[in-house]
Amino acid sequence: MSSPHASPRSGAPSVRRLLPPGLLFALPFLVLFALFMVWPLVQGLWMSLTDTSLSAHTPGFVGLDNFTEAFQDAEMWRALGHTVWFTVLSTVPLVVVALGMALLVHTGLPGQWVWRLAFFAPYLLPVGVVSLLWIWLYQPDLGLLNHLLDIVGIGPVGWLSDESVAMWAVALTTLWWTVGFNFLLYLAALQALPDHLYEAAAIDGAGAWRRLRSITLPQLSRITVVVTVLQVLASLKVFDQIYLLTKGGPNGSTRPVVEYVYDVGFTGYRLGYASAISYVFFALVLLASAAQYAALRRREK
Amino acid sequence: MTSTDLPLRTSSAPRVPRAARPAPARGRLRGNHHVLGDSRLARVPALAVLAVLALVWLVPMLWAVLTAFKSEQDASDPDHWLWPRHGLTLKGFSTVWERGDLPLWMLNSFLIAAAVTVVTVLVSAMAGYAFSRTLFAGRRVLFALTVAAVLVPPQILIVPWFRQMLTLHLVDTYAAVILPQTVAPVMVFILKKHFDSLPRELEEAARIDGAGHWRIFWSVLLPLSRPMLAAVAIFVFIGAWNNFLWPFVSTSDPALMTLPVGITSVKDAYGIPYAQTMASAVLAALPLVVVFLFFQRQIVKSVATTGLGGQ
Repeated sequence: MSSPHASPRSGAPSVRRLLPPGLLFALPFLVLFALFMVWPLVQGLWMSLTDTSLSAHTPGFVGLDNFTEAFQDAEMWRALGHTVWFTVLSTVPLVVVALGMALLVHTGLPGQWVWRLAFFAPYLLPVGVVSLLWIWLYQPDLGLLNHLLDIVGIGPVGWLSDESVAMWAVALTTLWWTVGFNFLLYLAALQALPDHLYEAAAIDGAGAWRRLRSITLPQLSRITVVVTVLQVLASLKVFDQIYLLTKGGPNGSTRPVVEYVYDVGFTGYRLGYASAISYVFFALVLLASAAQYAALRRREK
Repeated sequence: MTSTDLPLRTSSAPRVPRAARPAPARGRLRGNHHVLGDSRLARVPALAVLAVLALVWLVPMLWAVLTAFKSEQDASDPDHWLWPRHGLTLKGFSTVWERGDLPLWMLNSFLIAAAVTVVTVLVSAMAGYAFSRTLFAGRRVLFALTVAAVLVPPQILIVPWFRQMLTLHLVDTYAAVILPQTVAPVMVFILKKHFDSLPRELEEAARIDGAGHWRIFWSVLLPLSRPMLAAVAIFVFIGAWNNFLWPFVSTSDPALMTLPVGITSVKDAYGIPYAQTMASAVLAALPLVVVFLFFQRQIVKSVATTGLGGQ
C-alpha cells in the first residue's frame, strides 16, 4: 500500500507513535464499538454464567447452569421453533413476490412512480403504525378482511386469535410491510443487466417468455441468493411486529425466541438466564450465516 | 429537492471514466423490450396484474385513512362498514392531536433519529477513511473485528445494554436510546469500500499543497462522496426512525418515547377507539411518506446501494 502517512516533521514523535493519525480517525468509532458492542458481548456472556437478576440481590456465578436449563426448557425450544417457522413462512413470499413485482415494474409500463410508491411505501411505516393498522384490518367483527371474506361467503376468521392462523397472519403483515425493500434490490439488479445479452437474443428471434427464462432469471440468480440471505437473517431476528400484533399469543403460539428473551429478562427479571438464551439464539444466527456462506461458496465454484 | 439533486449528479462525475460506460442507453423504456417485448398481448395483462397488485398493497393504507375520517360510532358499525352513515369528520384527528403526546413522540423520534444519523455517518466515515487511507498498528485486526461484528444481531445485546445503562445511570434518557444505535459496523464497511474505490490522484494534489489527513478527508473525499453519504444517511435515518425494540426497552417515561413505541402504548379504558387509533397511525405515518414523495429517487438509490452492503 502506497498511502503516505504520519510525516515525521510534525508533532512530538512519541505522541505520533502512540496515536498515529489513522488511529485518531478510527478512534471515535472504536470507542463506541468497544463500549456498545464489545463490552455488551462480553458482559452478556459473563451474565449468562451468573444468576444476575433485575432485583437487588448480588449475582453469583452459576457456571453452565443457565445453559443446561435452557437446553431442557421446552418453552425455549418452542420459541426457537416459532422463529424458524416464521423465517420459512416469510422468506419464501418475500423473495418470490418481490421478484414478481420487480419484473412487472421493470417492463417499463407507464406509471413507474405509482408502482414504486405502492410497493415501497409500507416499508417506511414505523412498526407501531403497521401493527395498529393490521390489528384493525384483522379485527374479527369490524375488520376489512373479514368483511371482504363475508362477501364471498367465508365465515369470520380469527386472524390473530386462532392458533392455526396467527403465524400466517403475522407473516402476511410482514410481507406487506417489508416486500418493498427486496423489490427495490431486485429492481436495481434488473436495471443493471447488460443490454448485449438481449441484443443477441433478439437476433436469434427469442420470444418474451424465452428471454425471461433463459436470460433474465439466470442473470438474477446471484441477487436472488443475496436477497434470500439478507431476508433469512432479518426474519430470524423477528420480534417487533409479532410482539405488537399478538404479544406472542394466542397461548404463546407465535412467540419468537427474541420475545422469549425479552419476557424472561424484563418480565421475569432473570437477566442471567435471558443472556444465556440470547447466546443460544446468537448460535442459531451464526449457524444460518455459516450455512449460507457455504452454499454461496459452492455456487461460486 | 433540486438542492440535493444537483450535488448528486455533479459529484458522481469523477467516477464516470472508471466505469467505461457503454453507448448511451436508448431511452427510459429500454427495459420493456427485454422482458416483455412490444406486443400488446403481453403488456395489457402485465399492466392488469400490476394494477391489481398495487391496489392490494394500497388498500390497507386507504382503509386506515378512511377509518381515520369516520366518527367513532361509524367506525364500529358493522352494517355500514364501507362508507360512514354520518359522513366524514376530522374529530379523530383533532382528539388525537389535542391529547398532545403524538407531536411529542414525533419530536423525540426526529431528534433521536437525527442524532443517530449525524453521529453514525460522521464516525463511520472517519473510520472508513482510517481503514482505507491510513496505516497504523492493528488496522487489519480492527477492521476484521468490525466486519465480523456485522454478524451480531442487536437483539442479543438488549439485555447487556440495559444492564449497562443501569450501571451508567442512563436509563430513561435520550443518551441511552441514541448511543447503542450509533455503532454501525456495516456502514464502516460500506464507506471503507467506497473510499477504496475513489482514485487517489485527487488527494495527491492536495497533499502536495501540504494538506493533512483532516483536510483531505473533509475537503477532498467527503465532497466527492456526497451520493454515498446521502445513501448511508437515509438508510440510517429510516432505521433509527422505525427502530422499536431498543427504544421500547430503554424508555418507560412517556415523555421520552419515540413514535413507534409511544403510539402502541396508548390504551383506552373504554375499549379501542378505532377512528382515533387510525388517525394517530395516519399522522405517525405521514412524515416519512411525505419525505419519500419528495426524495423518491434518492431513497430508492439508497436502499439499492446500502441494502446490499455497498454493491
